Amino acid sequence: MKDFGYTINKDRQINFDRTDKWIYEYLKKHEPSFKLCIGCGTCTATCSSGNFTDFNLRRLFTLIHRGYKLDMKDEITKCMLCGKCIMVCPRGVNTRNIILKINEVIENRKRKK
Amino acid sequence: MKNEGKKLIWKEYQKEIADNKYYYVRSCVRQNFFPGAETTFLRIMREVLEKDIYENPSHTTCTGIGYHSDIVPLDTAMTVVARQFAIMTESGYENLTPSCITSFGLYTEILDTWHHFPEVEQKIRGLLKKATGREFQIPKNLSHASDLIFKFRKEIAQKAKYTLINKNTGKPLKVVDHIGCHYAKMFPHKGVGGAEYPYVLAGMIEEWGGEVIDYPERRHCCGFGFRQYLVQANRGFSIACSQKKFESMAGYEPDMIITNCPGCPMFLDRWQYAISEMEGKVYGPDGKPIPVFTFEEVAGLVLGYDPWDIGLQVHQVNTEPLLDKIGITYDPEKKYNNKFGKSMGKPVIPESLCEAHGIL
Repeated sequence: MKDFGYTINKDRQINFDRTDKWIYEYLKKHEPSFKLCIGCGTCTATCSSGNFTDFNLRRLFTLIHRGYKLDMKDEITKCMLCGKCIMVCPRGVNTRNIILKINEVIENRKRKK
Repeated sequence: MKNEGKKLIWKEYQKEIADNKYYYVRSCVRQNFFPGAETTFLRIMREVLEKDIYENPSHTTCTGIGYHSDIVPLDTAMTVVARQFAIMTESGYENLTPSCITSFGLYTEILDTWHHFPEVEQKIRGLLKKATGREFQIPKNLSHASDLIFKFRKEIAQKAKYTLINKNTGKPLKVVDHIGCHYAKMFPHKGVGGAEYPYVLAGMIEEWGGEVIDYPERRHCCGFGFRQYLVQANRGFSIACSQKKFESMAGYEPDMIITNCPGCPMFLDRWQYAISEMEGKVYGPDGKPIPVFTFEEVAGLVLGYDPWDIGLQVHQVNTEPLLDKIGITYDPEKKYNNKFGKSMGKPVIPESLCEAHGIL
């Protein structure tokens, strides 16, 4: 590749035709309360793990919605499954189960491969 | 929306285009990168349409590039533009026809400013008088060069030697029209078809036999944008804009791109090379890049002008595949000859586009 002194900037627009929403589809089916999330961030504000690491449940949910690829397994292992987020969620989203289901769908896919 | 609906709506956005006697001002970008385009335009206006079009060698840049790059202050830009108007007045013309879309946008912006703030116009008149001793009249009609070709598209079609039809398949060529942002996005009522349904190029394409492609990023900027290109470190933004357009149009397998802004063909043409070097991608059908043309070049082609007189040899993406599709005859040996028939020397052909063209 020639060095022109610059590279092509990545587009920040989300192209839903190209993103892979397999985790979102699985969660919609197996933990329907995921659809109730309004992204208020109360879960993140109260998160014990987030107090000590960069774990951010709201960001994680947004990325899943948009079909972004990131290392989900690494992300969810930061969660201690304490469940405080469920207690404060104004929409009754079963956030702890969502973390477990994300783990489940990743493991399922690994086994299939 | 269905295409039929669009056709009805664009009719509401009409503009007045003068019939004759134009004062022509050249474009800094176009006359450097596609010098044959302006010559072709003047040739068509004078020889084919028999119109009175005059250009004065004393005219300068409109400073649009400097103004949009935050280098030239507005008062300076207005005074330079006032000088252009003064030369037009001295030459005995009233209808201004800029070659450049940014000039067109800047003239429109300044005229609108003076309309709403007459005291600013008086101030600029004073500055021009002090600096040059000149006085000027406001142009009666301001139309971009593409407006004129649009106005006379039917006359050109009647005298055309070729049509935008694939001679092998008999089907219309699929054409992408790209309108410069400063044409109608700033002052929609000043452009044919407004900002949402600009018809200035689509009208030409349809009249000359082609089929317009309506793709998702049709109205997206080509990526020139002045500041984002002038600073080398920012050029990633510029090339990303072009790439977004190419990716959006690629699925429709366009045969060619037509533009009316001087900067757009430059970037849509050259960035195809840069992207092919960086990512090894081209976006045209059959694994080839997409030839990019100015509207003057296309008008010249359909009228049967020699492709090398029009200046197609300065394009980065080879235009020969399209000439072959239309059935235009040309002499490959004369591609790099000057007007005296002597060789100018061949440019170094970049490897990646070479591969894309199948020339190894």
